[in-house]
Amino acid sequence: MEEKSAPVFVVAEQGEGEIRSVSLQLVGKARQLADDLGSKVGVVLLGQNLTKVAQELVEAGADLVFKGDSDLLVPYQAELYSEMIVNIMVEHCPDILLIGSTFMGRELAPLIAAKLETGLAAHCIDLVINNEGILEQKIPAYGGKITIVCPEKRPQMATVANGVFPNPVLDIARSGEIIPIDVPKEFPLRVQTLEIVKEKSEGISLETASVIVAGGAGAGDHDGWHQIAELADLLNAGFGSTRPAVDAGWTELETMIGQSGKMVNPEIYIGVGLSGELQHMVGVVAAKIMIAINNDAKAPVFEQVDYGVVEDCRVFVPALVNKLKNNKAEARRAAHVN
Amino acid sequence: MLNIVVCVKAVPDSSMTAKLKIDPITKSLPRLDIPLVINPLDSHALEAALQLKKKYSAHITILCMGPPPAGNIVRECLALGADKGILLTDPAFAGADAFATAYTLAKAIEKNGPVDVVFCGMASSDGATEWVGPEIATFLNMPVVTMVREIVEDQGDEWIVKADYDHGHRKVKLKLPAVITVTRNLNQPRTLSFSGILKARSKEITVWDREKLDILAERVGLKGSPTYVTEMANLENRRKVEILEGSLQEKVERLVQILSDAGVV
Repeated sequence: MEEKSAPVFVVAEQGEGEIRSVSLQLVGKARQLADDLGSKVGVVLLGQNLTKVAQELVEAGADLVFKGDSDLLVPYQAELYSEMIVNIMVEHCPDILLIGSTFMGRELAPLIAAKLETGLAAHCIDLVINNEGILEQKIPAYGGKITIVCPEKRPQMATVANGVFPNPVLDIARSGEIIPIDVPKEFPLRVQTLEIVKEKSEGISLETASVIVAGGAGAGDHDGWHQIAELADLLNAGFGSTRPAVDAGWTELETMIGQSGKMVNPEIYIGVGLSGELQHMVGVVAAKIMIAINNDAKAPVFEQVDYGVVEDCRVFVPALVNKLKNNKAEARRAAHVN
Repeated sequence: MLNIVVCVKAVPDSSMTAKLKIDPITKSLPRLDIPLVINPLDSHALEAALQLKKKYSAHITILCMGPPPAGNIVRECLALGADKGILLTDPAFAGADAFATAYTLAKAIEKNGPVDVVFCGMASSDGATEWVGPEIATFLNMPVVTMVREIVEDQGDEWIVKADYDHGHRKVKLKLPAVITVTRNLNQPRTLSFSGILKARSKEITVWDREKLDILAERVGLKGSPTYVTEMANLENRRKVEILEGSLQEKVERLVQILSDAGVV
């Protein structure tokens, strides 16, 4: 294929030889953008034992995988990673560079952007090539979405959270070139990651839950929050939150859903005591059925869901929990009788 | 003595911006006078500096880029215990994206003199990018650790910190001078005291514009920004929206029916 323009690049991320889903999603998106531009997809992949992962990236749509495979690259070291990625960017001058909004990506992306003196759009929810061949980067703000462009500097850089773009269909027949790159030895690290510590396995993972209950400021206090937690528990649902609930100290940042938190994809979403701010709602728009419970009939959330309940959640949720418990008890009795 | 710079941003009060909505006809934000407050994450950055000052001998400089009213935020930081306040203000700075902002702040940090640690909040509540801290570090050729939740070791010029990472944290050793961006879990910011307010009254705020910083006009504000906003649009709503009617109990029953139809219960 003849290349009409500069390539579209992705910084891929893996852990212990497993590719992160967001990286595959971004390669899928990069493939689409590159096809629009008539160019190639390049991927930078750093870590150790990467043979399988590199092949997967090709199957997801990569034409070129630049593979830095070394024990020096485990654990993640910001300075070494950004130096290596910047060098590849300088050599290949891509038009676009996409990075997952993971902890690693959120640190690396600005280091790379500043070095390359280019722009960086944060946590995009859509990416489109416009008529002039410029990347339109959509981010949510103020009850709508705004479009950010970086018309002159290259690459046009964006971070994107897991779940924004679909998982690409892997094509095992696809071929691509895997190019080993040198890993600098004796690289002086001023910041050195000593260890990465996993703290807890989450209860029901928000990313894979088929039902999600999310609570917001309307819970009022810890008691209100526990009522919502009980509802989530009864429904076997993942329990998510909004920024104000995290700020109130009722839950951990890890549970936050939305633009700067998690993007989720459940069958059913129930928003409890939250107003429907877009920063949160963009994280749940993919849900099949959306339900909101809030005491303010004018809350914007009631314009964004399938079913709305205008009631104080501190009254409604206990009533709902009660009803669900009674139904369960009845079902058990019925089963017993039969 | 430890020289600390804390970067703070004056942001519109989020309890009021929540009500701001893009006008569907003009596709722009309505102009309202929303009071400026300190970016909540930056108050954790300041608290980190104040705690170091209590432990060791330290000098804290507050650095804030914004319109003249942002000076009130700088004064608030002085009242909380910072030693020096610098406001970067110039109409030419308007419209800066994260890149131009970080460049301007980095130039000011250089001009201010020797520095051991730069603290920033990990993100701003209005722009929601997390780029300014790491970009400052790049311009100053300093290392950076983002999303720090705990300072484990802060003696000498090799620190150990814990930073948020996937389902846990990473433990990082860093060599000063360095930039650290902080999460809200790092500390509990103190509140203003009356004596602090009185003391801050006599403290001067240094004001620098573009010329004082000796930066080219094309490196600041909108001109110095690789990115800009081209369009604001309302999100189209595709859902049918049924508001459940009736008594509390009727609503409960209808919702249970909906959940049951969907196969959840």
